[in-house]
Amino acid sequence: MAVMTYREALNLALREEMKRDDRVFVIGEEVGLYEGAYKVTQGLLKEFGPRRIVDTPIAESGFTGVGIGAAMTGLRPVVEMMTFNFALLALDQIVNSAAKMNYMSGGQFNVPIVIRGPGGPAHQLAAQHSQSMEVYFYHVPGLKVVRPSTPMDAKGLLKSAIRDDNPVIFIESETLYNIKGEVPEDPDFVIPLGQAAVRREGADVTVVAYMGMMYRAMEAAEELEKDGISVEIVDPRTLMPMDTETILASVRKTHRVVVVEAGAGFAGMGSEIAAEIQEAAFDDLDAPVERVTGVPAPMPYARNLEKAKTPSKERIVEAIRRVCYQDGNGSH
Amino acid sequence: MAVTKVVMPKLSEQMEMGKIIKWLKQEGDRIQSGDILAEVETDKADVEMEAFGSGVLRKILVPAGSQAPVGTLIGVIAEPSEDISQLGGPDMAPQTPQAAQPAKPSEPTQPAKPSAPATAGAGATEMANRPAAVPPMPRREDHAARTPSPAAGPEAPPASTRTAPGTPARPSAPAAPMPAAASLEGGRVKASPLARKIAAQSGVDLKLLQGSGPGGRVVRRDVEAASAGGGGGARPAVMPAVAPGVEFEDRPLTPMRAAIAKRMPLSKAPVPHFYVTSEIAMDRAWSLREELNALEGQPKISVNDFVIRACAVALLHHSGVNASFQGESIRVFHRAHVGIAVALDDGLITPVLRDAHAKGLAQIAVEARDLAERARHRKLRAPEMSGATFSISNLGMLDVTEFSAIINPPEGAILAVGSVRTVPVVTEDGLGVGRRMMLTLSCDHRVMDGAMGARFLQDVKRLLEEPLRLLV
Amino acid sequence: MAQKTAIFQKSAPAAGIDPKLARALYADMVLIRRFEEKAAEGYALGKIGGFLHLYIGEEAVAVGATSAMRPDDYAIAAYREHGHCLAKGSDPKRVMAELYGRIDGLSKGKGGSMHLFDKSVNFLGGHAIVGAHLPLATGAGFSIKYRGGDQVVACYFGDGAVPEGEFHEAMNLAALWKLPVIFICENNRYAMGTSLERALAETEIWKFGRAYNMPSEAVDGMDVLAIRDVIGQAVARARVDGTPSLIEARTYRFRGHSMRDPAGAVYRTKEEVEREKLRDPIALFRDRALKAGWLSEDDLRSIEKDVADRVDEAVAFADASPEPPIEELLTDIFKES
Repeated sequence: MAVMTYREALNLALREEMKRDDRVFVIGEEVGLYEGAYKVTQGLLKEFGPRRIVDTPIAESGFTGVGIGAAMTGLRPVVEMMTFNFALLALDQIVNSAAKMNYMSGGQFNVPIVIRGPGGPAHQLAAQHSQSMEVYFYHVPGLKVVRPSTPMDAKGLLKSAIRDDNPVIFIESETLYNIKGEVPEDPDFVIPLGQAAVRREGADVTVVAYMGMMYRAMEAAEELEKDGISVEIVDPRTLMPMDTETILASVRKTHRVVVVEAGAGFAGMGSEIAAEIQEAAFDDLDAPVERVTGVPAPMPYARNLEKAKTPSKERIVEAIRRVCYQDGNGSH
Repeated sequence: MAVTKVVMPKLSEQMEMGKIIKWLKQEGDRIQSGDILAEVETDKADVEMEAFGSGVLRKILVPAGSQAPVGTLIGVIAEPSEDISQLGGPDMAPQTPQAAQPAKPSEPTQPAKPSAPATAGAGATEMANRPAAVPPMPRREDHAARTPSPAAGPEAPPASTRTAPGTPARPSAPAAPMPAAASLEGGRVKASPLARKIAAQSGVDLKLLQGSGPGGRVVRRDVEAASAGGGGGARPAVMPAVAPGVEFEDRPLTPMRAAIAKRMPLSKAPVPHFYVTSEIAMDRAWSLREELNALEGQPKISVNDFVIRACAVALLHHSGVNASFQGESIRVFHRAHVGIAVALDDGLITPVLRDAHAKGLAQIAVEARDLAERARHRKLRAPEMSGATFSISNLGMLDVTEFSAIINPPEGAILAVGSVRTVPVVTEDGLGVGRRMMLTLSCDHRVMDGAMGARFLQDVKRLLEEPLRLLV
Repeated sequence: MAQKTAIFQKSAPAAGIDPKLARALYADMVLIRRFEEKAAEGYALGKIGGFLHLYIGEEAVAVGATSAMRPDDYAIAAYREHGHCLAKGSDPKRVMAELYGRIDGLSKGKGGSMHLFDKSVNFLGGHAIVGAHLPLATGAGFSIKYRGGDQVVACYFGDGAVPEGEFHEAMNLAALWKLPVIFICENNRYAMGTSLERALAETEIWKFGRAYNMPSEAVDGMDVLAIRDVIGQAVARARVDGTPSLIEARTYRFRGHSMRDPAGAVYRTKEEVEREKLRDPIALFRDRALKAGWLSEDDLRSIEKDVADRVDEAVAFADASPEPPIEELLTDIFKES
């Protein structure tokens, strides 16, 4: 184990996998000479050379398509989106080419590609550079979607994503790149896709949250602990495939659920998790599943508005109290 | 004005037929809501049947001396101008509730009002809208909602609590001072899925609970509090639903004998009885009773009143004994309605002293005596004959050392009380004289186990042996 | 760098043409023609559903280009790709079964007319989002270079893809990184119903190659030998040092855009269609082969008969093939590792 930042953990995962498999290469804007807009690929050009660390012009659809074509013909590209907002320019390639290739070719051409980069709300980057993108991807059959919250997950999940034979959307977070945590240095350490993590054990309520929202939920949990509410936090880590079992197991224990997501709630991850829970664990619920979601507005620039756009600790606390019937609104 | 259908009332859980002993009003008499229309003989007692609407008794369909199934239209109250031909035709066959027709548009009926009647007319309105309205099963809110109308007897149940036979027991009005379970809306219990599951597993009737969640939703903690017997957020809101009776058989027996003959095997055979017996030192209770009875202006208190009070207090702490087997569940009561067996010449009847746990010794004494007297004169009203959660049978006046009683389903237990005997007892100084009484608790093994019954009895024993506890 | 103008050679070079090659070229073109005619029939009979885009009139492009390449070279095309797939060597039986939506189809019936894939002949698929497969072709070229191979990629697309951004991104990246991709624009003059003149500020499509600094030229898309010659030169450049090319093959589709546009008469005149049919690539090559003495009338008839039999066989095969079992709905969504 070593303590390193989330960014360093990603870098380590890339280096290890590139060393392990010559078919792995990194392609994207500023990944080489510039060493990455967020320095995730720092040092890689020096170590692996321009054949495997490929700087591209600004042509997201083009270089994503190049990655897919390369994956169809035997390589294992890691495509970096400088930010995931730009992945929308490549959305057709991701959705219509990468996701469906194996299916529409009857299993002849799989696409082992990782498309990674930072996404989600950031700090005062305004409407086009600060948004939760996962919802665009996990709806598409054929894509796996990963949202790693910790340095250890960043490394273990990125390695699994690179080794996966299918397209994996791997959305990091600008706000997490500098967080530190313990990370195994063992090059064989991987975290399988599709396994949720219980971040905090609790008895009274399950909070499902990932990325920044997971940390915010953690703060809420600590505050509520003082009031005797014991919060369990489940981090799905992989949104597709979703580890529904771990979530359900927690729900069957606590009987109450709050789902937190940074994105706008309509037809979001919270809706999906709520639906899964009511289908599979209806009789275990003591309260309706609550969602705490981003406000359905584009991300504003102004600091105060930005703060109001994403779920706050206070809103999470309120929701937890509501499902625990401790918000004073019952007829107790 | 409305047409009020007079139907054979359901006066006990088991009642399926009733016999008109006599009509106290004749066709053409003007009736005020609450007037006594007739006397009805049921399997338990002769009961006065009151009018639930005002007008003229236009039609008597079942003459005195005849029997009719519960729910059968037996008379019609209406204003002289009303057309009742649809109801009171000469060939009208007894109707089952299911066969009764809903009010036609041409009939001047009004929608049922949910609140307890404050005037005599309201009952009629309520009545008219129900094809087979009858007096109610006793219900939690009876007491609270009892706002006697001028013409109604003091015990007249409010219209809002009426229950049609064949339909599920319905909650009372939201307007009642002591609300019914807020979670009941349109007959549906609002409860979380988990609360439903736990309730089903632990035998708690959701309808009995007042939910503590938003909008009165019954949630887990309410059910758990109820099944643990604690207070919690749950409060029993209504009495248990009526257990279905056996099918009617026409026997040449008095209704009471028939009922006893029918019910006792139904208890003894399917209910696995076990018995727990304890001897109680009654010396202190005896002297306390003598002291109390020496007080001027105070009601006389019997040994049985002590036993009732002791049981009521103990039942609150042993809700597992204050319980009923419901087939798929066990219904645990949080109020003690104590049935007191009263011997009659040709049988026995068990009037119910309601909310005994909430009543002092003196009040118990007064009520118990009143119930027993009226039972002997067959003047009990329907609510007083059903809904017991526990019963006491006392043969002490007949010089019985001890005996065991048969449980009166759906109750889970009955206490058999022997005589207080003067017997030699071993004291610290040697041999002395003491007053002793044997108590035998009959328990439904489906509901409870031996130890549970024993612990209850132990508490009863302690209360009787330290009787000052019964005064506080 | 060669910057040829779009002046067709009056007569494509005949050097190295022998009866064997002539037989192959003729047989492949006739195969595609008969196959497409049977596909149209299958569509009319309700055996084939969805969209069906026929390659009739354009056979010389795929056949000529493929004849200039090696079997291990890649080919990728848009949705009018039956011809490319057959030219690449796919079994007509499995192609027809795919059109029929049957389990013996190339993609087990899950791709259909617009999504033919055949890994066994390095056919990278039929792609139905206009322009989207050009970056994939560049990616295949990237892959070849990454591995140090000498394969090339033939990327077929219509004139409708040229206004798409991905055409330009793919061309730029291929030229920038020197990737062995031959961009073959099958200019049939109509993107669905929109003529070249209504879609492009520069209708000489081959000129876009100059913008990306790659060899580019136009060629008579009705002359299989001319195509073979031009593509042959492009292949040679690509194999040597990864130089990509843009080849504009000027051709014409004799049918409508799809079966839903059978007449194709709204946006073009009947006279125009009839005039173009006079330059039917199969008829042109038949005459040429007879005149050159590569093939006799009997040879040609024999080829035609064989092809007709093969296509009938393909139809019978497709018709007899079962529908995919329902489990196929959920297989191949992910490749199980």
